[in-house]
Amino acid sequence: MVYLFAILTLAFVALVLAAIYKPLGDYMYNVFNTDKDLAFERWIYAIIGCDPKKGQTWRAYLRGVLGFSLLSVLVLYLLQRVQAWLPWSLGLPNVKGPLAFNTAASFVTNTNWQSYSPEQTLGYTVQFAGLAVQNFVSAAVGIAVAIALVRGFAWRKSETIGNFWVDLTRCTMRILLPISVVMGIILIALGVAQNFAGVVDVNTIAGGSQKIMQGPVASQEVIKELGTNGGGFFNANSSHPYEDPNLWTCIIETLLMLAIPVSLTRTFGRMVGSAKQGYALLGAMVVLFAISFFAVVSFESFSDDPITRLTGGSMEGKEVRFGTVLSGIFSTTSTSTSTGAVASMHDSYTALGGMMYLFNMMLGEVSPGGVGAGLYGILVMAVVAVFIAGLMVGRTPEYLGKKIGPREMKMASLYFLVMPVIVIVGVSLSYLLPFARQSIVNTSLNNSGNHGFTEVVYAFVSAANNNGSAFAGLTADTPWLDTMLGLAVLLGRFVPILLVLALAGSLAKQDAVPVTAGTMRTDNKLFVGLLVFVIFIISALTFFPTLALGPLAEGLVA
Amino acid sequence: MSEATANDVMKDVKKSNNQSLGAMLLKSLPDACKKFDPRTMWHNPVMFIVWVGAAFLTLVGIFEIFAPELRQGEPIQFTWIIAVCLWATVLFANLAEAVAEGRGKAQADALRKTRTTTPARLVVGYDAANDPDVRGPEKGEGPTTIQEVPSSDLKLGDVVVVSAGELIPGDGDIISGIASVDESAITGESAPVIRESGGDRSAVTGGTRVLSDRIVVRITQKPGESFVDKMIALVEGANRQKTPNEIALDVLLSSLTIIFLIVVLCLNGQASAVGASVSLTVLLALLVCLIPTTIGALLSAIGIAGMDRLVQRNVLATSGRAIEAAGDVTTLLLDKTGTITYGNRQASNFHPLPGIDQDEMVKASALSSLADSTPEGQSIVALANQQGFHVAEVPGATPVAFTAETRMSGLDLPDGTRIRKGATSAVEAWVEKESGHPMEQAVNDAMHDRVRAVSNAGGTPLVVARQDANGKVTVMGVVQLKDVVKKGLRERFDDLRKMGIRTVMVTGDNPLTAAAIAKEAGVDDFIAEAKPEDKLAYIKAEQAKGQLVAMTGDGTNDAPALAQSDVGVAMNSGTSAAKEAGNMVDLDSDPTKLIDIVAIGKQLLITRGALTTFSIANDIAKYFAIIPAMFMEQFPGLGVLNIMGLHSSLSAVLSAVIFNAIIIVLLIPLALKGVKYRAESGEKILGRNLKIYGLGGIIAPFVGIWIIDLFVRLIPGF
Repeated sequence: MVYLFAILTLAFVALVLAAIYKPLGDYMYNVFNTDKDLAFERWIYAIIGCDPKKGQTWRAYLRGVLGFSLLSVLVLYLLQRVQAWLPWSLGLPNVKGPLAFNTAASFVTNTNWQSYSPEQTLGYTVQFAGLAVQNFVSAAVGIAVAIALVRGFAWRKSETIGNFWVDLTRCTMRILLPISVVMGIILIALGVAQNFAGVVDVNTIAGGSQKIMQGPVASQEVIKELGTNGGGFFNANSSHPYEDPNLWTCIIETLLMLAIPVSLTRTFGRMVGSAKQGYALLGAMVVLFAISFFAVVSFESFSDDPITRLTGGSMEGKEVRFGTVLSGIFSTTSTSTSTGAVASMHDSYTALGGMMYLFNMMLGEVSPGGVGAGLYGILVMAVVAVFIAGLMVGRTPEYLGKKIGPREMKMASLYFLVMPVIVIVGVSLSYLLPFARQSIVNTSLNNSGNHGFTEVVYAFVSAANNNGSAFAGLTADTPWLDTMLGLAVLLGRFVPILLVLALAGSLAKQDAVPVTAGTMRTDNKLFVGLLVFVIFIISALTFFPTLALGPLAEGLVA
Repeated sequence: MSEATANDVMKDVKKSNNQSLGAMLLKSLPDACKKFDPRTMWHNPVMFIVWVGAAFLTLVGIFEIFAPELRQGEPIQFTWIIAVCLWATVLFANLAEAVAEGRGKAQADALRKTRTTTPARLVVGYDAANDPDVRGPEKGEGPTTIQEVPSSDLKLGDVVVVSAGELIPGDGDIISGIASVDESAITGESAPVIRESGGDRSAVTGGTRVLSDRIVVRITQKPGESFVDKMIALVEGANRQKTPNEIALDVLLSSLTIIFLIVVLCLNGQASAVGASVSLTVLLALLVCLIPTTIGALLSAIGIAGMDRLVQRNVLATSGRAIEAAGDVTTLLLDKTGTITYGNRQASNFHPLPGIDQDEMVKASALSSLADSTPEGQSIVALANQQGFHVAEVPGATPVAFTAETRMSGLDLPDGTRIRKGATSAVEAWVEKESGHPMEQAVNDAMHDRVRAVSNAGGTPLVVARQDANGKVTVMGVVQLKDVVKKGLRERFDDLRKMGIRTVMVTGDNPLTAAAIAKEAGVDDFIAEAKPEDKLAYIKAEQAKGQLVAMTGDGTNDAPALAQSDVGVAMNSGTSAAKEAGNMVDLDSDPTKLIDIVAIGKQLLITRGALTTFSIANDIAKYFAIIPAMFMEQFPGLGVLNIMGLHSSLSAVLSAVIFNAIIIVLLIPLALKGVKYRAESGEKILGRNLKIYGLGGIIAPFVGIWIIDLFVRLIPGF
């Protein structure tokens, strides 16, 4: 029964996505490939002094990304530090330094890790002018970088890979904003809160009194999911009834998270001149996603303990209105994209169920991954897969007509090194350095043993992948974790972007090799299988010992 | 050392390649031991890590004797046995390389013996007008003088004279004279070859011997850079540079090594979180099992063996890069003559003109060819014989030989009858001249009809005409000469097409003939009436479309095209300009080999990819052996992962390490021979190799480690 419901849910999500795949993918293709600038876009270009017709080399593109992001971090940091003096701050004080840094880094990198409880920390102005703006532009940066990489494959003998400012502006203005407006209205209609009522005092049935915060939730909710950001208006995130009141909002939010990452494979296919190439990447994403989803549902519904057997599912930490299946699809989506929104508490899952969420991120978030980040992530893995398999065909490996030589391999190899190194080094430093260990064990952790270890691992994996979801149970607002996770978030975002843009630059310079019968095809089932295998094996081999010490040791019974 | 001896050595070399694996390994043992030098190991990052691990573990083993508490409860022999296994892993990697190099070394030795210094007779102030070949310089006449210098002193551009029985002192082009040369020292082929000035066969190689006549040679090599020197360096792999492909693979392997190094270095940090710890010995064992040692150990052997496979077929590549490029080739330019068709044409049909008796015409054709010793002429007689006309030689008849001027050959009979056969225009001119008036329109039309028909069918027409004793000239008919396409080529071209390679035939024939032959041979395209510039233009056009082009060539005028092509195979019989321009030289001068070269290039890449896949896939089983072994005691639940049912923690770790070492030795033959390659589409090849080396790579170690564990558990303490 549970499986039937799981299959129906997945099928429904798949159907809706299938319906928007072509229109949205083609629309995004047009956005990034048209020569026309809209009037207000021209004003923006005029103000920032950018010539929209001029392409940028990969270095210039990178400078744009880094410069823009640095400026964003500074502005966001300052806004938090002077919050007390801003209007509509709900009387909240200035945010402290380490936390302000952590939050600024986290939102600029599309991570939206929240070391704080929003209701008690941030007023409307910071939420609106700071966080919401970053929710849009950080998503647009990711998409822009992915488009730049796709241009690397699609363009021949080109020194340039597009114009960052144009990509950023168009993505924000033509894709993210319009969808957010429309979907925001739909969410409001379905019951998501949207007001400026501030904090309301209510008397509870039990006779106590409770302060309930309200605010412009729906307008933030859409971009939170659409831009795979995940930073909630409330601490409870999407399990809060004001953010995600019912089954339909739960499914719509799931769809919003998947819409752009999935449709971008269409955009990619169009840009490289073969929709089938996009289907292949999508195929690999779907396989990884489906396996993970069914694993979670089965671990949560059939775990071998008396309560689960009686209730028909492990319901601790899950909202009754969602159950195991909807919680499962929401969280699988949230950890497979880089959203990190939660509608249930991952910490309360069975050891192996929670491990699947951890593993979704350990895959490098490519199933389908964050907006843009998922596409460039899976493209890099495709390059690695093509290299290994391409040799086996007896030719210098090539992907989409571009040869994978030493330089391309260097960028791709370094790319898949970054995230695991951040995680593994970060976790072991947390336990090896005496003061860090003290902070972790005494302050951050409530759980000891394997589960506590998993919580720390989850925090680093979530940060390094720019996911932002929390396993919960971990007190992250300590100087050690604020700093380390802030660093992990920055390194996990910008080092890969640097490598991706360098890769785009060297690919764009190449001429394309024509396709012959001897070419390894990258648009069929064999390649999908191969890609899944390579993505799986690289993360499995890297993280097997870590998983063994954490969820596997906790969850496996001899 | 004479060439004969060198030749014997070469034969020995080929014999030694068929030795058993054991004998090969044993013979290479001393060389393998030399490679333990860390300065050598450094070039192979993966194996260098193993080397460091082995050295470190040896030190740990020594310390553990004095400080037993370091052992963390493991028996003392555990560290030692693992250390020995790690050293063995390094040794096996070195062996693989040494075996591969050993084959090349023997060949190099054979070649080196031909490179002895010989006295050279240098012509000082050579002047074509005062050619010593003509003037007889030994007598000291004329302005040129002869100096005896050692061959090692010869400079680029020097001119030497070489007589029968002497060794040619250096690489060069013959500028005067013709000679038969014994080139067995470098080609292994004992039949002498003709080398002469001015043509496409003017290049001579230092160390070969002139058997007859005398030649004047202009040296085209710099000292120490002769062809033989290059060959020695190549087969020895002395300055073997990593190809772009190898570098890219190295990058991938290094990244995997780094990542596993970090995993292992940080393992105790992570384990401390849950109060577990792993001993140094087990950590090092895990590291060596995880990093891609299998491919790391065999990578250079694969490269050397690929080069060696080419040398075995008497093809020398100037770099490993050229071999890889051969694997990438998408367009092959093949010369028609010698490659697609046999060098000579054969008569296939007689077409008499109207009013001429068929028998008469056949007889006349056969008669005119009796004294013609060319293969074409002989084939006419043979065809006539087949049709029942046995013509006997007529006593007193005078054969008229073919000359470039008349473009006809024939026979003058004693009774005054003259028979001529030759190119249409030549015979036409002869007929009109002998008869004194233009050919009748009807005859002319009939003749040209047949000529055209023959051309259209891809044949070469020979017109036969006869002048009676009384002076009457008759055009008898047209003999159809046919190009004979080599057997089995069509299938090979089909194979190439499956591999995604286009074949293009290059010929001097007219478009009609070319089209017919192209159709018969099954090539994809042809260049008719090809001049060297056409080849060059075609290559450039293909490359502009992104194709990689391979071609063969021998003449000086092929040089630009050879240089332009991505893989240019120069014939050893060709000029040194051609050899210089190409990036491979075929010692047998067999243009068909181009197809084999492509296969060797592909096989090299496939072998590399297959073993990489195998190596990475192996890690899964090793994890399943070692992870439970490390933590099972503390977390019994992890025992579920011990799916192989290995005996104990210690036996599991040791079995994995032993498997990791042994698999290298077991794969050496595969690395040397190369993965089996069949001409198929990329799709099929990938599917099959993924099954064998991907799936096999996952399963094989599970079985292997399980079997090894059955023995390891017998060791006391395990």
